[in-house]
Amino acid sequence: MKLHEYQSKQIFARYGIPIPKGKVTAAASEAKEIAKELGGRVVIKAQVLVGGRGKAGGIKVAKDPDEAELFATQILSMEIKGLPVRKVLVDEAASIEQEIYLGITNDRAAKRPVIMASAAGGVEIEEVAKTDPDKIIKLHINPLLGIKDYQTRDIAAGIDLPREYWKQFGDILKALWQVYNDNDATLAEINPLVISKDKRLVALDGKMLIDDNALFRHSDLANVRDTDEDAPSEIEARKYGLTFIKLDGNIGCMVNGAGLAMASMDILKFFGGDPANFLDIGGGAGADKVAAAMRIILSDPNVKAILFNIFGGITRCDEVARGILTAIAEVQPKVPMVVRLVGTNAKEGRAMLANANMITAETLADAAQKAVAAAKGAQA
Amino acid sequence: MSILVNKSTRLLVQGITGSEGLFHTRQMVAYGTNVVSGVTPGKGGEWVDQKIPVFDSVKIAVEATGANTSIIFVPARFAADSIFEAADAGIPFIICITEGIPVSDMMRVRTYIDQLGVRLLGPNCPGLLTPGEAKVGIIPGDIAIPGNIGIVSRSGTLTYEVLYALKQVGMGSSTTVGIGGDPVNGTNHIDVLQMFEDDPHTDKVVMIGEIGGSDEEKAAEFIATKMTKPVVGFIAGQTAPAGKRMGHAGAIIEGGSGSAADKIRALEKAGVKMARHPEEIPGLLN
Repeated sequence: MKLHEYQSKQIFARYGIPIPKGKVTAAASEAKEIAKELGGRVVIKAQVLVGGRGKAGGIKVAKDPDEAELFATQILSMEIKGLPVRKVLVDEAASIEQEIYLGITNDRAAKRPVIMASAAGGVEIEEVAKTDPDKIIKLHINPLLGIKDYQTRDIAAGIDLPREYWKQFGDILKALWQVYNDNDATLAEINPLVISKDKRLVALDGKMLIDDNALFRHSDLANVRDTDEDAPSEIEARKYGLTFIKLDGNIGCMVNGAGLAMASMDILKFFGGDPANFLDIGGGAGADKVAAAMRIILSDPNVKAILFNIFGGITRCDEVARGILTAIAEVQPKVPMVVRLVGTNAKEGRAMLANANMITAETLADAAQKAVAAAKGAQA
Repeated sequence: MSILVNKSTRLLVQGITGSEGLFHTRQMVAYGTNVVSGVTPGKGGEWVDQKIPVFDSVKIAVEATGANTSIIFVPARFAADSIFEAADAGIPFIICITEGIPVSDMMRVRTYIDQLGVRLLGPNCPGLLTPGEAKVGIIPGDIAIPGNIGIVSRSGTLTYEVLYALKQVGMGSSTTVGIGGDPVNGTNHIDVLQMFEDDPHTDKVVMIGEIGGSDEEKAAEFIATKMTKPVVGFIAGQTAPAGKRMGHAGAIIEGGSGSAADKIRALEKAGVKMARHPEEIPGLLN
């Protein structure tokens, strides 16, 4: 899950990383009050979980409290890349001498965390990686040892940071490692980390991603999850322990197993169809889960046909069939449905569905072609 | 014949008394796998089906029963501890079925077991199957027959689909290895490809990958430079949108890398025959 800038910076501050004075608010009038308290120029920053806020006009410098209120009003009425701006962060404006990039993320290939730093801060690190890869310094951390002092010096030297800042920089980098490690982050990023005119290092912006698999030990973070980015169907699916991702096509898919679910989407496309979703009902799904999954698929008005592809292993095909029947009775779907059951208890499952007015298929290719034809027929 | 597991495998099941552990222990025993003991802390002294002794710790189980391979079915929040325990008890090959282990746990695990020289398969994997000899994991035994095709895959049910399609045309597998769908895992594609290359009873290889990471691209390089046996490939996730995690924790296109198109291109360039969908695989092996 993603954290907002203000949430990330609050965590940074708890670990002793200097951040600008500021407050978050959902009301423009309060933005004015905050600006008064901070006394002077402030930055109004949209709090949305997408990049490119600045380019979209979501970050503005206000010279006085009245302008802060005006800009906050404007920004709070914006949508950035389809997401409504619900809150703005009002920060004191910094005097910037230099901008640095500093981040810690997971390196999948190396199986270790990696520190990334660059003297070319303030722009997205992916951009720097494309245009100027030599400007990025990388150093892996042994997760059993944590970060070492010498590594902070190597990084500081690597980005040509003047020696007078090494101590401050080292403390910030060590704190950032603690932030990353303690919170099960998959990314903890300060961009930019600025050197101010009064020679202090300050984290002007912050970004954190948290490992969803680790949320069981971070209920404080799980409770502040912002779901604006997720389709309502995805939020509903999460409640049932289903992995659902909404797509733009018109053939609903219900499959067990992530790899097979992807392959089932792919084969629909291969035969000229368009999947409406990714849905993995997981291993050992019972009737309740299947019924919930079917309701979620059918809540999408674009869906013109549904493909069920179940390869029974831990999952029992008769359980899935029972779920399908429950859901049909409850939802009374009007769209054609193609079902393919193979593996554990497939025979029993097929027998249960014999009177359910469903199209059956033996192979995956057969099922996909029938689903594509059914969707086209329903459209005509 | 086979790689990694066979008739001399002496299997220990960690989490043997849990519902999944118990169910799959029975399936493995029914298949003929030599399950010598199980571990559930607090249940030492009990027996599973009057046949398999349960111990409180892996160390005691190894001393008492000579287990040389361990399979883990414990819940995600305890799974990393179970891997450390097996490694510390001297088990050289550990299979972790558990899905949903935090990636930070897995980075610590990998760093530690690499120092000890312990091999891990998974996590978030279906384990392995050497048809006719040993089933270590959750791959249904009846969908595969013995043969000369080695299979390595990041996916579970998609692998079953391929085994089933092969069986329909009378083709069998030497060993099928599920390496799992997590971003940080133990054994990877290249490790298994090397074993198949060295295994005299594997003549052809099927490699099943998916979006996310760069394991398949590295495997392509390995195939081009090191492998003599023919490889048929399939990559799942051609229709997956960028930035969304497709079920598996590791199946995500991030920062413009890890797409199916890139992987397919790399593998084709390495001379791998790429199937457009899973049921094309048997035909490409001819």
